[in-house]
This record gives sequence, C-alpha cells and structure tokens, in this order.
Amino acid sequence: MVTVVYFAWVRERIGVPFDEIDTAAVTVMDLVTELKSRDARYDLAFSDLASLRVAVDQELVDFDAPLKGAREVAFFPPMTGG
Amino acid sequence: MKICVQSDDFDIAQELNGFGTAPNTGATVTFTGLVRDDTGALDHLEIEHYPGMCERAIAKIADEAVQRWALTDCVVIHRYGKLKVGEQIMMVATAGRHRSEAFEAAEYLMDYLKSRAPFWKKEVSRDGKQAEWVSAKGSDEDALKRWSR
Repeated sequence: MVTVVYFAWVRERIGVPFDEIDTAAVTVMDLVTELKSRDARYDLAFSDLASLRVAVDQELVDFDAPLKGAREVAFFPPMTGG
Repeated sequence: MKICVQSDDFDIAQELNGFGTAPNTGATVTFTGLVRDDTGALDHLEIEHYPGMCERAIAKIADEAVQRWALTDCVVIHRYGKLKVGEQIMMVATAGRHRSEAFEAAEYLMDYLKSRAPFWKKEVSRDGKQAEWVSAKGSDEDALKRWSR
C-alpha cells in the first residue's frame, strides 16, 4: 500500500489531498499511468509532466525512479518557497 | 543550527540573540523575506507546505551551506498558512569567519529554498475573486546553476 499525496494545484485538480493505493507499479511513471486511467480529473492533473515534480518518501526524484519499498509518493508543481 | 517550519510569526531580534557568538565568527548576515504586493490588489498569500519533507529539504540545504562555507551557525525559519501583505515569510541567518562566506551562504540558502523546499504560494486578491498559484520562474532554476561546481 502506497500513500499518494498531492499539493497545490495538483491537489485542487484531483479534488483530494491523498489516496491510499494498492499498486504493482514498478516506477513513478507506471504509477502516473495508473492514476491517469482513473478518471478525467487525474488525467488532467497529470497531462503535462514537465510542470510536475515528484518525491518518493520525501526525496525529490525523476519520473523513471523505482517505487520498490516506497511508502509515500508526492506529486506537486515546481516549488515556490522563499 | 536551527530550522523551523511554522505558521506563527517570528521575532528577528529574538532569533539573533546569542547567534554567531562563537569566537571564530567574524560576520553574520540576515535576510528576511516579506509578502510583497506588486499590483495593489493583493490581500494575502496562502502558503501550502509538505510537512516533514520541508524540514528534511531545508536541513539538507543548510547542511550543505554549513560545510561549503564553514559556517559557525545557521538559522532558517519559513512560515506557512495565511500571510498578509507586509508580513514576514521567512528568514535566514548565517554566521561565518568572513563576510564573503556569510553573504554567499545566505544567497545559496535563499536560491535553494526557493526551488527545492516544498512550499507553494497562492496569491489571493483583496476582492477575494482572484486566487492564483504563483508559478516558478525559469530564472529561479537558473539561479541554482551558479552554485554547481
């Protein structure tokens, strides 16, 4: 079971702050494909991966990163701190 | 080293009390970021954050700054939640042996906090009709390149 967390406009587009997912996805990209097939809101939220960032267990990673052993995956827009 | 991610405001004077008092410290630099209104229409920012990852990401950035510039101390405070125009968003303080190290480390911290610490700003207008996520700028990402070595 993986907790998938969403922030900022990703959260707003999807409509929930997180999902608990039972997934066989091997990489982040596989998980994205799985999420996109859920419904139109997910499909829209993940329509432009260049405008998204992903963290696995709170570390920034690339979309081809493996998910083995991951407990938490987060999707969000580029950060605007400071 | 002190890292705080909090909704409450902070008191710079209080934070600097006792900061940089190690005998090998020759310079301290502080930076404070405020909520700015460019158009006269902004009421407040809503700052969303990723609890846990924020602290981890900031600690990593601060550790790198401490090592690279041999800082003797370092403080990073970043707020989240609803912040009105003029309110303090964040502060960094660096203490080093010389001013160049303290200044450079402070700039490094700011550049990295902007695009590597998981915060997102939303601008809410005074009439309440407009609420827009602030987009990351390409220039923010470019700013990181000068630190690669």
